[in-house]
Amino acid sequence: MNLHTAFSVSEEEIKDQPQQIAIRLEGVGVCYRVASERIATFKEYAIRLLQGKIMHRDFWALRSVSLTISTGEMIGIIGQNGAGKSTMLKLVARVLRPTEGRVVVRGKVAPLLEFGAGFHPDLTGRENVFLNGALLGFTREEMEEKFTRIVDFAELWDFIDVPMRNYSSGMWARLGFAVATDVEPDILLVDEVLSVGDESFQRKSFARMQEFRDRGATILFVSHSMDMIEAMCHRAAWINHGSLEAIGNADEVIQEYRRSQTS
Amino acid sequence: MNKADQFSMYDSAQQRSTALEEIRAIFQYRYLVVQFVRRDLLTRYKRSVLGVAWTMLNPLGTMIILTIVFSRVFGANKEGYAAYVLSGLVAWNFFAQTTNAAIVHLVWGGSLLRRIYMPRTAFAVSATGTGLVNLVLSLVPLLLVMLVTGVPIRPTVFLIPVPMLFLAMFALGLGLLISTVAIYFADIAEMYQIVLTAWMYLSPVIYSYEILPEPYRSWIMRLNPMYYLLTSFRAPVYSGQVPDWSEVLIAGGISFVTLLVGWLVFTGKADEFAYRV
Repeated sequence: MNLHTAFSVSEEEIKDQPQQIAIRLEGVGVCYRVASERIATFKEYAIRLLQGKIMHRDFWALRSVSLTISTGEMIGIIGQNGAGKSTMLKLVARVLRPTEGRVVVRGKVAPLLEFGAGFHPDLTGRENVFLNGALLGFTREEMEEKFTRIVDFAELWDFIDVPMRNYSSGMWARLGFAVATDVEPDILLVDEVLSVGDESFQRKSFARMQEFRDRGATILFVSHSMDMIEAMCHRAAWINHGSLEAIGNADEVIQEYRRSQTS
Repeated sequence: MNKADQFSMYDSAQQRSTALEEIRAIFQYRYLVVQFVRRDLLTRYKRSVLGVAWTMLNPLGTMIILTIVFSRVFGANKEGYAAYVLSGLVAWNFFAQTTNAAIVHLVWGGSLLRRIYMPRTAFAVSATGTGLVNLVLSLVPLLLVMLVTGVPIRPTVFLIPVPMLFLAMFALGLGLLISTVAIYFADIAEMYQIVLTAWMYLSPVIYSYEILPEPYRSWIMRLNPMYYLLTSFRAPVYSGQVPDWSEVLIAGGISFVTLLVGWLVFTGKADEFAYRV
């Protein structure tokens, strides 16, 4: 079965409407330079330099990945641990610049990589909401406008002026999710994060993702749960050892992936 | 969300993070800088009884110890030594704390850099902002000590923003330079501590450079940028003089060049940071 054929058809459609492309990766590669022995200090580096013993090994986390994602699409990304899925999201989020190739992203990206990464335990929930909003690139006026909605969604009014060190991990995640998704993003990156929080919060998070999809946002969804991807995504991309193994109809890609796992 | 943001385009082939691009980005993220400064100030003082007063009490305590040690033990009865040493300490502490914070914030902020995009200079710029707030606060005890010890306060004191700006530019530039190296080598932060201690004793912070014997004196003046910065900081406050314009020019020139070099080196390497931290 050639899934790339299916892909090139949609490529034709996209060419007709170039404004409909949300994300395009062209022959993208990400190369980490791994020292064969880890050199973490300057002292060690100086000694090795004098001995002429500095050796590097190139490790390609992604190589020659080309794909186009159109606006409003929800695409699942599957593959084993360490295959390069998160690296791909980081390219789209502008966190990593590709070593080779080109990344084009149209629109505001909301990175849902991990919630509450920028929270400080000594600050209250309120203070952290503003800090986190600033990290996402919002101004004070924008955050003041969002604040009530964010706390409503997280259902944390009782604890909003308490330092976050007293929050449970579920509360921490709820506030993080609420800040990160009160964005109206054009592109949402979801990296296996919806497993946090209790069941009712997970349902709420999914509802919010569906809301985004209905509003026409593009969603990149990394997950190990094939059921979730089958249920929510039109297309899926399978990344294997840093290269794009298959892309196309979600059911077919998942089938192929499953077959490779069992054999 | 304003409309311009909504249709933002990112093209890795076109948007190199150049030094100029970074200036635009840091301006766009200025609220983040404000929030970082706020976080630093809040978390530092939140769990202490005296709160912000520590910013003022800290140099004051050091000043009292040094005054006792120097005037009683070494018998150096310089007129107004207390105010002299405090003006030096206040400026030096700003410099040392700001450069240090720039390094520490970038290295510890690494977990953020791996997750979301933000202008990478935000750490050093906000460290400078926090330092400036503390510096302004510590001018209060400095002026009080001058009043108490009878060192005249002259109108030249209003010139203080100029040397403060130079100090800030120098500290920011150096902080950027060293934090670029510190991303690659973990022990740079430790090494810098030792350098700072040596540097302080080579600068006229707690002693007046006139007490140095001749060959060393002119070397310290010529090679140590902090000599010019400290002198031009002290002149309008402690000495009550309009600073010597040639020294102001040198101080300004050094600060500007340091900031320029630091900014260029840092932004030139910034794209590699997410690969390294």
